[in-house]
Amino acid sequence: MTSPAPTTPRRRWGSTLAGVLILCVMLFPLYWMLDTALQPGSGLLQVDPVPGSLDLSGFTKALGDQGGHLLTSLAVALGAVAICLAISAPAAYGLARFGLRGSRTIVFGTLITQMVPGIVIANALYNSYVDLGLVNSYFGLMLADASLGIPFCIVLMRSFMVSIPGEVIEAAQLDGAGLVRTFVQVVLPMSRNSLITSGLFAFLFAWSDFMFALTLNTTDHVKPVTLGIYQYIGAHVGDWGSVMAASVLSAVPAALLLVLAQKYIAAGITGGSVK
Amino acid sequence: MTTSTVTVPAPSRTRQRAGTPDSRPARLRRRLAQWGFVAPAVVFMLLFFGYPLVRNVVMSFQHYTPRTFFTGAAPFNGLDNWSKVFQDALFGKALWHTLVFTVGSLLGQFGIGLALAVFFSRRFPLNGLMRSLILLPWLVPMVVSGIVWRRILDQDTGVLNSFLGALGLRGHTPWLTSPGMALLSTILVNIWIGIPFNMVILYGGLQEIPGELYEAASLDGASAWRTFRSVTLPVLKPVITVVLVLGFMSTVKILDLILALTDGGPADATQTLGTLTYQNSFVQLDFGAGAVVGDVLILVSAVFAVFYLRANRSEGK
Repeated sequence: MTSPAPTTPRRRWGSTLAGVLILCVMLFPLYWMLDTALQPGSGLLQVDPVPGSLDLSGFTKALGDQGGHLLTSLAVALGAVAICLAISAPAAYGLARFGLRGSRTIVFGTLITQMVPGIVIANALYNSYVDLGLVNSYFGLMLADASLGIPFCIVLMRSFMVSIPGEVIEAAQLDGAGLVRTFVQVVLPMSRNSLITSGLFAFLFAWSDFMFALTLNTTDHVKPVTLGIYQYIGAHVGDWGSVMAASVLSAVPAALLLVLAQKYIAAGITGGSVK
Repeated sequence: MTTSTVTVPAPSRTRQRAGTPDSRPARLRRRLAQWGFVAPAVVFMLLFFGYPLVRNVVMSFQHYTPRTFFTGAAPFNGLDNWSKVFQDALFGKALWHTLVFTVGSLLGQFGIGLALAVFFSRRFPLNGLMRSLILLPWLVPMVVSGIVWRRILDQDTGVLNSFLGALGLRGHTPWLTSPGMALLSTILVNIWIGIPFNMVILYGGLQEIPGELYEAASLDGASAWRTFRSVTLPVLKPVITVVLVLGFMSTVKILDLILALTDGGPADATQTLGTLTYQNSFVQLDFGAGAVVGDVLILVSAVFAVFYLRANRSEGK
């Protein structure tokens, strides 16, 4: 960053130093998670601030115990993303462009859904799921997890699709493209960025879900890693090394997305909540 | 982004319209097709948000037992669930804990988040990178954060106590194991989780404030604090409202974090409305009682929703 600033370079680097300190405090718990994971032998002892050697046995054990749950999380989160985008992208387009009567009410309702407490949903949903046979099913959990992202994605994509120039869409229709073809061939490609951002967030919401995993499953059949780790600490209190290793593994998608898609993440947080 | 270069002269469009006047059935079909885009989302949201809301209220007047799921019988029982929940001292405790937890968390998250947003509005090297990295605590699954903190706050072997002990301070603080401390500890952890979200949104808001306002203020000889109070805060107000309301909504219903940190203990010291709903419904399988606590949560959220919409409207949004 070399933009001209009114302050002297020395003061600017002073700010950088202060920023690094803030970052150290904020990220310390995550460092500690990694540090503990690399000291699987520490058990109930105190953990050294820096691992003495690179002992990956905690990770091996965590992969053995939680590897399946990680895959479950991945499958459920990807399914939730697919459902979420398939439902919210057309809706965002419809609400942005068609001028349907009731659009405003629907957008308003979408905002209101974010205020419904999750545990209330789980409370009622569990009973419906029992009736429908969706308890302990992948599909049931995917649907519930998709609900975490749908309102957010509709709001985010709609605010983008409103700004697509009307001429482009009309031109496509003049070329004889119907509603669906215009949407698929013109609108979706143009909305690529908002689509990616929405997908990333839908994935993170579903991947991080704990409440639906906890309440909509009564057996071990469908067990995402968040639930796996939670039950792990009940059974393996002494084995903090592998608990932390499992935690590190479950935090990998968040870290990856941050590295690979940081501009989308920051844009999504602001766009999805303020606009 | 690929902004298309296709532009169509307006006249041809009108000619086209005039040439093929939409017949009524055609228009109707088109409208129906358009609704086809929106309908799945509406149905989904009705099923996953609207229906549970209503069902929860109905359930709070029904008698659920562990056997209900075999027999399917959940007879209505008037206000039995309500009197049962309200007569239990735990409900009052949970309500109070929720209030303390929410207010404490919001004050901390917002205060520190705003301070960091102002700090990162300065220009300095690596600013952008640091602003991204600081999001990490918010992106990690909340249960996982809770479990990491459970290790850090451990009374005997946690790093916080060893650190405090090394400084000659209270090195044996029972952060999560004493009823007097546990709620405070959960608040501190939740503040840590919420800071990035507050910071990012407030930072975004700060960037939208036109630089001329600051120039005018500095021409008037306003001090930094004065400028912040009379220029920054008033312009930032809509963003502040959004941050606080969203923060409130996600904090008041807290469940993941508390289960991971304390499971509501010790001695119910961290039981909140969210955990109490969970306990009643999914541990004791008394869904009627759980629904009553859920209703209270709905009510609290609804009051704030109204408050929020009022604030929004008065901003002329």
